[in-house]
Amino acid sequence: MSPLQDRPGRGAGAAARRLLRQNETWLALLIVVLCAAITAANPAFLTYENVAGFLKSCSMVGIMAVGALIVLVLSGSPDVSFTAIAQVVEYAVVVAVMRWGGNVYAALLLAAALGVLLGLVNGVIVHYFRVPTIIVTIATFNIYFGMLYVITRGKLINSVPPPFRAFGNTLLLSRVSALGGTYGVSLMTIVWLAVAVLGWVILRKTFVGRSIFAIGGNEVAAERLGIRMLGTRLFVFGLVGLLSGVAAVVHVSIVQSVVPNIIVGKELEVIAAVVLGGASVFGGKGTVLGSVLGVLLFAILNNGLTLLNFSSYWYSVTIGVVITVAITNSAYQQLRRRRARVHVKVEA
Amino acid sequence: MTEEFLRLERIHKSFVGVHALKGVDFTIRKGEIHCLVGENGCGKSTLIKIISGVLQPDSGQIVVEGRPVASLGSAATTARGIHVIYQDLSLFPNLTVAENIALAEVKERGGGVVRWDEVRRIARAAMTRIQVDLDLDAEVGELPIGVQQLVAICRALTSDLKLLILDEPTSSLPKHDIDNLLAVVRDLQKHGIAILFVSHKLNEVLAVAERITVLRDGEHVATLPPAELDDDRLVSLMTGRTLTRKRFTFSDHAAPRVLEVRGLSKANNFEDVSLELRAGEIVGLTGLIGSGRTELALALFGISPADRGEIRVDGKPVRIRSVTDAVAAGIAYVPENRLVQGLVMKHTVEENLSAAVLDRLLGRLGLVDPARRARMAREWIQALGIKVSDPEVAVQTLSGGNQQRVVIAKWLAASPRILVLDGPTVGVDVMAKADIHETVRGLAARGMAVLLITDEVPEALGNANRVLIMRAGRIRGEVQTAGVEPEELQRLVEARS
Repeated sequence: MSPLQDRPGRGAGAAARRLLRQNETWLALLIVVLCAAITAANPAFLTYENVAGFLKSCSMVGIMAVGALIVLVLSGSPDVSFTAIAQVVEYAVVVAVMRWGGNVYAALLLAAALGVLLGLVNGVIVHYFRVPTIIVTIATFNIYFGMLYVITRGKLINSVPPPFRAFGNTLLLSRVSALGGTYGVSLMTIVWLAVAVLGWVILRKTFVGRSIFAIGGNEVAAERLGIRMLGTRLFVFGLVGLLSGVAAVVHVSIVQSVVPNIIVGKELEVIAAVVLGGASVFGGKGTVLGSVLGVLLFAILNNGLTLLNFSSYWYSVTIGVVITVAITNSAYQQLRRRRARVHVKVEA
Repeated sequence: MTEEFLRLERIHKSFVGVHALKGVDFTIRKGEIHCLVGENGCGKSTLIKIISGVLQPDSGQIVVEGRPVASLGSAATTARGIHVIYQDLSLFPNLTVAENIALAEVKERGGGVVRWDEVRRIARAAMTRIQVDLDLDAEVGELPIGVQQLVAICRALTSDLKLLILDEPTSSLPKHDIDNLLAVVRDLQKHGIAILFVSHKLNEVLAVAERITVLRDGEHVATLPPAELDDDRLVSLMTGRTLTRKRFTFSDHAAPRVLEVRGLSKANNFEDVSLELRAGEIVGLTGLIGSGRTELALALFGISPADRGEIRVDGKPVRIRSVTDAVAAGIAYVPENRLVQGLVMKHTVEENLSAAVLDRLLGRLGLVDPARRARMAREWIQALGIKVSDPEVAVQTLSGGNQQRVVIAKWLAASPRILVLDGPTVGVDVMAKADIHETVRGLAARGMAVLLITDEVPEALGNANRVLIMRAGRIRGEVQTAGVEPEELQRLVEARS
């Protein structure tokens, strides 16, 4: 007996087809094409110095993207509060280190703890009041960001303590440039890489990671299966808070000053990169690799347009176009697949 | 007599104001195929939830394999080998076949780490037990529903399964998949696994059951072997009433031709379809899923218009390129999947009823007049006997039969000349089904021409005066229903050209 009348193909052909259906494949190809095009116009683009530079500058967004991805997979609704969390954490740790001293590891620990706390608030509200993540986080975004301004009155901190500067300036494989400066792989990029690997391991190799996908795919079924809903939600929102804290330390170590509204506003770019990376806005789908590629694509566009002397507004326009194409394309694919199922073999 | 696996004694369960189970006794033997039937609201779901440990009984005793247990908690039922497959299958559409099958078992084993080779091994072992061969890496959401059901069964098999409960397993399946499912079920039985089918309608499942238990109004009515039951007996046990089954007849051969279709074709859908409907006629259209019958209906209603061919309404040629064209020509269509295509589930009964005719309910300023709308809704609720306390409640709170009547009423409000019904009684219970048939006959008697698309041969024979048989995109035969036995028509439907 073979109850299978409609079996997708398997073997090498099927594997290739599956690969071609992966968003990551197309994204990687697009990045290659883009790099080639920009380099053709300005050879300064594909140099060690430039690439290392933009990998450093997008490390904060990259770290946040991993958190944004995990929430999106869980709830099919984006978290928008992580930039406000990062903003609060950034201010708090810098003030703490200025007041009490301490090294960057103490700062990271404090940032992580504060971030987890603020993230858990989101998780508790989402779980107990069954409010969509985006609604809850719009509210907490305003609370956190508003409180920051109430308490600090928006005062800038022009110079951050030396540990942050040392942390931000750490380079690996450094070289001396023709002008006498040094360049190399920033430790910030390594932090991003470590966060991405951690995110991949959690999502792919742990039961809590698979629970996140299960809840994102079918919440009722996950509950029936006995998956711990509260535990998983708190884990996710706590993790997003933690990553926001890490991102905050990375950010302040790069820019080496605190402007209390500079991170806020980045959330849409982060979410856009994640969606571009193939995460479903309905939840249950998305990969860390995709989010890394999404962040890279935006960073390359930004850097490339600057090198080609385009106005920075062109960057916004380009991002908008890229997102529109990415989203309509994935919706179109879905539509086509559904249509393909309606097919009657007509007899001659 | 074989040993009992599960015994429920004098189970009572009440919810706020509703006595859902009134002292129900129920047993399942080891390795038995048992069928639990009853109308919506008879207490089936409550009983299942008690067996599966989701609910605790107010009083009564539960005995599993000879030992009384206080209650069945959700985790305890899995440990005892009881597994429920709900109608919605509870699968994860975004995950692969392998992971869907293995996730529960991976959770049981604990450890927090997911080993993918183990996931695949668990999945493969489960598939071997029912001798199916699915692509482990296929995403479940992209598989046909029949295959998804097999995935759900495989998942149940990863634990030490002793009792598998299938809630409405066949209501959304085409016949071919039902046969597969029944074959799998018989196979499970050979392994000593008891199966409990839960259903609110009479169906193929009865043929494989060894015993059938009927519930009505929270009480156990009877447990009988199928040999002692025929359809009529079963219906009267389920409803407490007897159904009169009289075939529909039509003799007015001078009635005007309302719809004439000549050589209608659509690439990859159907080819050279010709048919006609007279006023007051109910014409059945049947064929296997994938025969093109639903596609034909979609073309007649302009959802996916035909490429070629001629359509005449009342003798005048019409062009149907969109739903608007079809409605203007006097054609109404009640889709097969009323939940998806026919109703906005979160909107109220009143809003749904008026959706197709808003332009006739305009008051001053060109805005919809709420009073006129309410009046219209009340009229249709009464005309079709829709059971609803208040037209302002969301349609999703209604029973399947009542939802179906809301869809029918919605299109009747547009006073069509031709009504195309696609599977009008899919998923509704016996009494509601009889009511819907009555409604349709009433419409025909008032001069409407009805095209009744159905999977169920008895439905076609009982309610249509002619039946058209579709196969592979073409109409392959026409049968006058008078005097035809169901078996004859079934043979024609399944015959290969």
